[in-house]
Amino acid sequence: MSEEIKYRQAKTGKLLIEILPDKCDFCGCCVGVCPEDAIELKEAEIYIIDPRCTNCAKCIWSCPIEVIKMNKDGVPFGGTIK
Amino acid sequence: MISKEYDVIVVGAGPAGSMAARFAAEQGVSVLILEKDRDVGYPVRCGEAISYAGVAEFITPDEKWINAHIKKFALISPDETEAVIEFDEAGLILERRIFDYELAKTAANAGAEILTRAYVNGLLFNDGKVSGARFEYRGETHEVRAKIVIAADGVESRVGRWAGLKTHIDFRDMECCVQVTASGVKAEQDTCYFYFGQDYAPSGYLWVFPKGDNTANVGLGVGGAVGKKRSALSFLNSFMERKYPKASVLTSIAGGVPCSPTLSKISAPGIMLTGDAARQVNPLSGGGIASGMIGGKIAGTIAGEAIKLNKPDHILNYDKAWDDRLGKRHEVFNRIKNGIYGFTDDKFNSIAHSFNKVPKEKRALGNLFRTALIQNPSLLIDVAKVFLIK
Repeated sequence: MSEEIKYRQAKTGKLLIEILPDKCDFCGCCVGVCPEDAIELKEAEIYIIDPRCTNCAKCIWSCPIEVIKMNKDGVPFGGTIK
Repeated sequence: MISKEYDVIVVGAGPAGSMAARFAAEQGVSVLILEKDRDVGYPVRCGEAISYAGVAEFITPDEKWINAHIKKFALISPDETEAVIEFDEAGLILERRIFDYELAKTAANAGAEILTRAYVNGLLFNDGKVSGARFEYRGETHEVRAKIVIAADGVESRVGRWAGLKTHIDFRDMECCVQVTASGVKAEQDTCYFYFGQDYAPSGYLWVFPKGDNTANVGLGVGGAVGKKRSALSFLNSFMERKYPKASVLTSIAGGVPCSPTLSKISAPGIMLTGDAARQVNPLSGGGIASGMIGGKIAGTIAGEAIKLNKPDHILNYDKAWDDRLGKRHEVFNRIKNGIYGFTDDKFNSIAHSFNKVPKEKRALGNLFRTALIQNPSLLIDVAKVFLIK
């Protein structure tokens, strides 16, 4: 497998929700509460499906370990998007 | 060798998925289990407690996956008053890494095939009906058809969504959990400790479950509405610093427990949901191993029957079968949960104080509820239902 990408997000520039790299436990709380099915979670890889995210912040509130943040400046593009 | 078609595909190899696979495979139908993680049973996101009866229905209890035998619950109120309840029938603390693995083995022994690191990323449809799954496995995308897909994909529950079922859970009903396995934690080996109150875990509880050798599983869950202000992690850190400053943390992990009634719809043409994915967790205790295995057994049994009878619509009977076995009871548990989670610290304290005035030999869980009822009479109807609906 090529280099493991732990998170990827943001190409539209609208996205404010940021999943912090390397802190995530991949537990799935955020995925379960996301009303838009906007979070993709694999074994050790998580990212927001940018066009679906409405910045509703429910994922932030449900994260047990403070891995998801609201970044008011917008989220930089962090890797390849399918 | 992965076939092009199976009778049943099960997504997820936790307790619910393994039991669904096993009870389908036992009827002679072909079953493929797809697990996204590298290992069945790891990582463990769980307190690992279960009643003896909850296990024994499915697998002969074996010391190799039992860390402790529980005879007592110690319920600790905010002012550190302990209300201790003794049980005749034991509970167990599991070593889930081994337990889940053994459960998956029972499915394999019944004839199910298992693939790990198989990441399901979509469903196949035929005439609007689910007809299989698409997944990544060893760098390749596979499309495998199935007459029935059983989604046991845990708290995320995305597979059901793709099939058009409403699986997303209100964030207030999500218990956001964080848990450590720590050594240097002194705990009676036959006692499960539960802490309640604003300092420990508002709208949830904090647990300390013994795992032998001075080791314990310490964790807590707080409702999503609490998480909005303060994270589960910060509650656990402050507890560990206060109570066990010298403990060494061996493992640490986050997790989510959907504490709501079961989804209103857990089957549709070609698809069934089970375990956490169907929100089959006991919403009062947050326990999901036993109820998930029961849900999986019902789902797998009905799926096997549907295929043998060649009656695809038979799977739609699953909703009622689950409701009759546990679903209705969970609705009542959920209302009790909502009542208890509204308790103030003073109320928890006074319940513990009154309970401790009950003579020791008469202290039982029922009495604790009765004491709670005096404090909060509106719970009465719901508690009565729990003891009546058996």
